[in-house]
Amino acid sequence: MDASQILVTLAGSGLIGFVVWFFFFAPHQRVAAATSGGMQQVDIRVKGGYSPDVIEVERGQPVQLHFYRDEDNSCSEELLLPDFNIRRELPPFQTTTIELLPRQAGTYEFSCGMHMLRGRLVVN
Amino acid sequence: MNTLPITPSAPGSGPVPPLAAGPGTQTATLDIEGMTCASCVNVVERALSRTPGVQRATVNLATEKATVEFEPALTSRAGLRAVVEQAGYTVHEPAAQAQPSPLASDEELAQRKADAYARLKRRFQVAVVLAVVIMPLSMLMLWPALMSHISMPVLNYVLLLLTLPVLLYSGREFYVSAWNSLRHRTASMDTLIAVGTGAAFLYSVAATVAPRFFMARGLMPDVYYDTTATIIALILLGKVLESRAKLKTSAAIKALMGLQAKTARVMRGGQEVDIPIEQVLPGDEVLVRPGEKVATDGVMISGHSALDESMLTGESLPVEKTAGDAVFGATLNKTGAFRFRVTKVGAETMLAQIVKLVEEAQGSRAPIQRLADKVSAVFVPVVIILAIITFVAWFNLAEPGHRLPLALVNFVAVLIIACPCALGLATPTAIMVGTGKGAEKGVLIRNAEALEKAHEVDTVLLDKTGTITRGEPAVTDFVPAAGASDPGLVLQQLAAVERQSEHPLAEAVVQYAGQQGAEILSATGFRAHEGRGAEAMVDGQAVLIGNRRLLTENNIQLTPELEQAAAQLLDQAKTVLYAALNGQAVALFGVADTVRDSSAQAIRRLQSAGIEVVMMTGDNQQTAAKVAGQVGIRRFYAEVLPQDKAGKVKELQAEGRTVAMVGDGINDAPALAQADIGLAIGSGADVAMEAAGITLMRSDLQGVVTAIELSRKTMRTIRQNLFFAFIYNTLGIPVAAGLLYPVTGWLLSPMLAAAAMALSSVSVLTNSLRLRAARV
Repeated sequence: MDASQILVTLAGSGLIGFVVWFFFFAPHQRVAAATSGGMQQVDIRVKGGYSPDVIEVERGQPVQLHFYRDEDNSCSEELLLPDFNIRRELPPFQTTTIELLPRQAGTYEFSCGMHMLRGRLVVN
Repeated sequence: MNTLPITPSAPGSGPVPPLAAGPGTQTATLDIEGMTCASCVNVVERALSRTPGVQRATVNLATEKATVEFEPALTSRAGLRAVVEQAGYTVHEPAAQAQPSPLASDEELAQRKADAYARLKRRFQVAVVLAVVIMPLSMLMLWPALMSHISMPVLNYVLLLLTLPVLLYSGREFYVSAWNSLRHRTASMDTLIAVGTGAAFLYSVAATVAPRFFMARGLMPDVYYDTTATIIALILLGKVLESRAKLKTSAAIKALMGLQAKTARVMRGGQEVDIPIEQVLPGDEVLVRPGEKVATDGVMISGHSALDESMLTGESLPVEKTAGDAVFGATLNKTGAFRFRVTKVGAETMLAQIVKLVEEAQGSRAPIQRLADKVSAVFVPVVIILAIITFVAWFNLAEPGHRLPLALVNFVAVLIIACPCALGLATPTAIMVGTGKGAEKGVLIRNAEALEKAHEVDTVLLDKTGTITRGEPAVTDFVPAAGASDPGLVLQQLAAVERQSEHPLAEAVVQYAGQQGAEILSATGFRAHEGRGAEAMVDGQAVLIGNRRLLTENNIQLTPELEQAAAQLLDQAKTVLYAALNGQAVALFGVADTVRDSSAQAIRRLQSAGIEVVMMTGDNQQTAAKVAGQVGIRRFYAEVLPQDKAGKVKELQAEGRTVAMVGDGINDAPALAQADIGLAIGSGADVAMEAAGITLMRSDLQGVVTAIELSRKTMRTIRQNLFFAFIYNTLGIPVAAGLLYPVTGWLLSPMLAAAAMALSSVSVLTNSLRLRAARV
């Protein structure tokens, strides 16, 4: 093994470590819904992901999720909330409001149409 | 966003659904902002009350809501809003998008999608044109004679210039999206493409700008501009094909939405006026001519016609309707003109409910998808790691002179061939096509789970009444007394009396007489005997028809042969009607619930699909055995009390069976819920029955066959898709990494990898679309 091979191997291993840390140990942006007029509301920006991506709401109160899709990349064009039977298209550069009523506590995932971009709705 | 004009029952008109008020008036609820005290309440209330057309207005400070009863002819919700605003307060209208009517066609969204598609196509075209130029230029070194006249560095700069637009214009989205994803610490398919093409491009730029650096280390300064451009062009081709196919997966629901009528001919102030469908209100009287679409749901008030309801129920034969019958929006009036009173508009209509149900089903997740979801959650980072390992391995194992280009090319190939899209598309596209196809056939599937469950069914439990049988009595036997002068005349006379009655048994007699072509006679002096029957005079003769008690009370004796016939009919569990003319018993009717024509065939089809069909009924053993025999059912439960139905489902489940319960959705709700999958049949009234996983719009068993076959075909498609997607990735990635190289000497060019990847997601989509043509 010459010097460049050792260098490439070390760099490669380092990079793998970085990828694992970067993607699998990513911090989440957590936000609790604000209540106004009996409605729990959260604004979510959609741009290569969801910010915030962990949304806390209370059980039994209607929730309005305002998704603003800040890109026209096709990856994020669909929003899925399978536990609530919701599949909605998000028009680019517009806010799409999704209403739901969480009846049971638990963690419900939302994602893009191909399950690449993900977020969680945590019902307390 | 295109929204419906606000009518009291249109969605978006306020969080509280308006109530139906007195005749001709409507009630609206307005959310008022800016009221701070009781005097504000008075101001708003007075302003509203003084508005012409407003009958009553009440304002509540605590809830900040005004409830206004008004005449729609004189004012509107918008008018009321203006009044409140003039008084210095604001009316909060919830965002129109919050809950769009399922039928509100979104033209703006459609336009945006069309624009996006046009842009995508242009980007693809640019990439193709440039790739077509770049490719042959990159291959010039294959002709050494030609190369001697061309300076390599100059050629490389030309290629660089040609590739730049492909990257910056055609492929821009990949890089932007990859960057945005990285900021969220997520990764998508775009990340793979961006890293793969970016690596090839940057290496090429380095080789172009500083070839000496490479040569000093014994490396040829090779460039990969053709690879970069071709990958982008091919991936874009895949995207173009994908967006075209994706549009088709939702074609069924778009077709359903398109069924809605645009206008209605309504009576307003004694005049016929054509108005947009959005302005039609409950209580309006609508005229429908032959060949026209019914505008919305209502009840026929005059006229009669045959209506084609196939678009809602899948039933191909037109349905005869007359005054008092319900009509549904989007159905087609075939023969006669009629008028109907509007009962439901907008989101309340049957069509809107069907669309909503299908949309919800398409948004649900099938349990079979779980594995694919788990895999796709970690897919991209794992592929990146595999690509890095590939690079390091090639760099360490290949000959020194070639190791960098080989490591690079295989690194790019691994990134490009991996296709998370095929995994992501495998299940949802098949579910979308399957549920849409079901809706076309009058089979409404509540969610993907129901669709998935239905294919495992090995036992179908049918409730006899209303599913196998029509659920309404019909005359099965007409027994005239021996020696009666003219049985045909007797039937006419009896029908004349029964025509005046409203009893279901009387209706069965009238219908039977009609089928026999009996003439219509008129009856006078009709008298109904509660719980016993009726009497009247026909042609000067006293006619009596009803149960045994009616005859006994009138001291009429049955002849011995009528007595015997009655006993026989009763033995067959039929209801017997007794008739007398001028104090003499003249005839008997045997009345029973009859088997639907289609039942036997549907049951045979289920049985030939390997499904055991079991019947249950509240009737006695004898009747149950007879009906079961008629339709070819071998196993049945008789004398089942309504509350024991769910127990029978459990009994079958305890035998290890996966049970589908078919019932009417109202009386059978517990049994439907207990079953592995519940199919509610033909109520039509409420399409969204909670207890049932599947609702059949057509009231016969054929729908059960359709539902189960559709489920089996959809699941087969999903399995094929998932198998393909998994196999593609598990074989493609190692081949791209060069795992076969030591054995066969095969290496996968990144360009071929790009073609494979573009084709893989298109193949999955195309396979799902095949379901559209499936025969169910």
